[in-house]
Amino acid sequence: MDPVGDTLQRLRETFRAGRTQPAEFRAAQLEGLGRFLRDHKQLLQEALAQDLHKSAVELEVSEISIVQTEINLALRNLRAWMRDEQVRRNLATQLDSAFIRKEPFGLVLIVAPWNYPVNLTLLPLVGALAAGNCVVLKPSEISKSTEKVLAEVLPRYLDQSCFAAVLGGPEETGQLLEHRFDYIFFTGSPRVGKIVMAAAAKHLTPVTLELGGKNPCYVDDNCDPQTVANRVAFFRYFNAGQTCVAPDYVLCSPKMQERLLPALQSAITRFYGEDPRSSPDLGRIINEKHFQRLQGLLGCGRVAIGGQSDESDRYIAPTVLVDVQETEPVMQEEIFGPILPIVNVRSLDEAIDFIKRREKPLALYAFSNSNQVVEQVLARTSSGGFCGNDGFMHMTLPSLPFGGVGASGMGSYHGKFSFDTFSHHRACLLRRPGLEKICSIRYPPYSPRNLRLLLLAMETRSCSCTLL
Amino acid sequence: MSKISEVVQRARAAFNSGKTRPLQFRVQQLEALRRMIKEREKDIAGALTADLHKNEWNAYYEEVVYVLEEIEYMIKKLPEWAADQPVEKTPQTQLDESYIHWEPLGVVLIIGTWNYPFNLTIQPMVGAIAAGNAVVIKPSELSENMATLLATIIPQYLDKDLYAVINGSVSETTEVLKERFDHILYTGSTGVGKIIMMAAAKHLTPVTLELGGKSPCYVDKDCDLDLACRRIAWGKFMNCGQTCVAPDYILCDPSIQNQIVEKLKKSLKEFYGEDAKKSRDYGRMINSRHFQRVMGLMEGQKVVYGGTGDAATRYIAPTILTDVDPQSQVMQEEIFGPIMPIVCVRGLEEAIHFINQREKPLALYVFSLNDKVIKKMIAETSSGGVTANDVVVHFTLHSLPYGGVGNSGMGCYHGKKSFETFSHRRSCLVRPLLDDESLTARYPPSLAKVRVGGSRGGWAAGRTGPHCPVSSSQMTAR
Repeated sequence: MDPVGDTLQRLRETFRAGRTQPAEFRAAQLEGLGRFLRDHKQLLQEALAQDLHKSAVELEVSEISIVQTEINLALRNLRAWMRDEQVRRNLATQLDSAFIRKEPFGLVLIVAPWNYPVNLTLLPLVGALAAGNCVVLKPSEISKSTEKVLAEVLPRYLDQSCFAAVLGGPEETGQLLEHRFDYIFFTGSPRVGKIVMAAAAKHLTPVTLELGGKNPCYVDDNCDPQTVANRVAFFRYFNAGQTCVAPDYVLCSPKMQERLLPALQSAITRFYGEDPRSSPDLGRIINEKHFQRLQGLLGCGRVAIGGQSDESDRYIAPTVLVDVQETEPVMQEEIFGPILPIVNVRSLDEAIDFIKRREKPLALYAFSNSNQVVEQVLARTSSGGFCGNDGFMHMTLPSLPFGGVGASGMGSYHGKFSFDTFSHHRACLLRRPGLEKICSIRYPPYSPRNLRLLLLAMETRSCSCTLL
Repeated sequence: MSKISEVVQRARAAFNSGKTRPLQFRVQQLEALRRMIKEREKDIAGALTADLHKNEWNAYYEEVVYVLEEIEYMIKKLPEWAADQPVEKTPQTQLDESYIHWEPLGVVLIIGTWNYPFNLTIQPMVGAIAAGNAVVIKPSELSENMATLLATIIPQYLDKDLYAVINGSVSETTEVLKERFDHILYTGSTGVGKIIMMAAAKHLTPVTLELGGKSPCYVDKDCDLDLACRRIAWGKFMNCGQTCVAPDYILCDPSIQNQIVEKLKKSLKEFYGEDAKKSRDYGRMINSRHFQRVMGLMEGQKVVYGGTGDAATRYIAPTILTDVDPQSQVMQEEIFGPIMPIVCVRGLEEAIHFINQREKPLALYVFSLNDKVIKKMIAETSSGGVTANDVVVHFTLHSLPYGGVGNSGMGCYHGKKSFETFSHRRSCLVRPLLDDESLTARYPPSLAKVRVGGSRGGWAAGRTGPHCPVSSSQMTAR
């Protein structure tokens, strides 16, 4: 008895029957998704408030809007994206038709996380549906209230012969991963990313892994501390710090730190009031386990701002830590909470060395009035994405691929990149009859004369050597 | 530290020194590679003769020429491809710089294979070098002469630390795979592909796997059979059938099976003479194990041409089988030898159904004068690549991605795709550090900022222009 197996079989059969091929079908799915968001915004707001104490503004900006924009983009561009892409031919193939055909892979599995449970579940779904795949969605069981909405309400808006939501925890996900998929899209931690990739290897399933890491935030001496503090604080404490691209720690000189601290305090007060706990704009930690973990990190270094916590509603105050050692836990793991450690460096070079000693992060930030400094940080490091003089705004451009590198992930999506990620790019060459005389040079028996001709053609570059 | 670890660490240190970043350096290395190929052409051809009975023509035409083309193309296009690529901005980022910045990944491992031991090891290397990586190559030990040659000549022409050759068999390959790389490109079998990906997963290393499968060749009743059979014979029997994109088997209507057999025979005689063993142009099986394996596939089959072999020279005659049973062994594994089974199907629908019941192949071929047949075949199947009315050739067009799908592989390379495969595409947004007034709309406290419908609110508002520091949407306070 394998209900999951049966579901997958059903989806595969639908795919084989060609149901998801026509643009009209895919557009209808996308429109259904759009309607789901519009019809149930209130329901999602309540679910996210329960899961993460997410404010209405955060919901709109980081969960709903972003998905709606992608849906609209996909609907507008679907046919253009689906079109065969003509490619450059060489002399030998001048009469032929050469193009790349975009094909769906088949059955796609999307495993989503809990921190932006609408965005990070539905955004990949947009790409997978637009590309014509059947989809199995595994929303996170940790964001329980949102999981319920996605499992019970969402399927009503999609064609259920090509879509299924599968629920469960780590054990059920493990079992799910034993089945064969044609593509797996995973957002989560590097540790679990390895498990997913190993499971995918058994079936030679290609993967996109959106992972994480510690995103460094270099603050140059040459900048206005308040402007920087506003931006860093805003992006750090958004969603109570539970953002894969949030600035994880600051690197700056001791002098800069002195100017930054009061500016950060000022920003925090401005954003969340004197008593951040009563601000409707500050989120809460997702669960007990993460709360305990973060509470533990409050003991690292020295608390310069904040530091309060309350287990009863999993509240952690917007916190800044100083005098932090590289070996302490807060500098060893991705924080994923409203805690910002500041690490001192004496120069740009030292900051860059510090960054390069560590795993490539998902995002990297540099703040400076000097363009040269920003350019240097970019040129001498690597990361999934980069933003100069702001937080994770680079994510908001659908024209920029969103993904990691090294330990922070592989593959990317957003906008057209989503469509391409979930498509197989099939090389097609349709030869017209004729030109057989030219082709015949390729047949045995080979003569030294033919070889000389070929070499001559290459020398003069009068034609591409592929004289086939 | 083991010798292998040392080699990899040295490559990493050389990469970290930053010397591959300037395009000029990469171009110099590519030019050195080109010099190596031109100056050592005889040695390269000699190794191919020793390993696979390839002659000068095969060596050039089937291996070297594509690498030289790839190098030319890379050198010419590198400045364009490596440049920052500006992208479309949103209304909120009009004043910013937004672009994709191409970066090398670091240390790339290329595991080569034995059937085109020069091309399938060096062509990927060209892309990896162009993208600015350090490269470790592990040639196949089965084509031992080429493996030895590469280990000798590469260090003579290319930077010794950045570009290393590691030779050895299964145990050395296993050891190499324990090291951490930033990308692994593997060409070989499906079975080993899984092992590679599993090893890569431990380090979260992205992979490109160029695997194989049974590439079907559908011959429609409505086609130029002479042309079709000549081309099929050429593509199938080159390198003694040991080509990953060779047409593996033919699907056709029973009414044309005999004609196909006759025309294939005719072409084979034209190519290789009455006795292919005497032809300079006909290859040999790589080793005894594969010789035995392929000879075994003929058992119990209806052999209408060839069917003989000579273990001492690892020669197998070009062989054609008819009325092949889809359940038989020859239809269960990738043949990778000079046996052409013909399986009868009645019509296009049945052919498509037959193909779709099996794993997605690396290549798919269809011969027909009827465009509708070709279109339908392509639309209702999947494969790495397709050529209609010819075989193998899609592999040679550098503007087409070369790769598999499903069991035949993942990822692709050739031309620009090589550059992209071996690069990280880093998203960049650079904003001027202006004062914050225009961005204040995005900050809490939210009060009554929530808008109904439309595009982004909150943080994305503002900075839409000098006269509109705050978007009108922010004014709809409730």
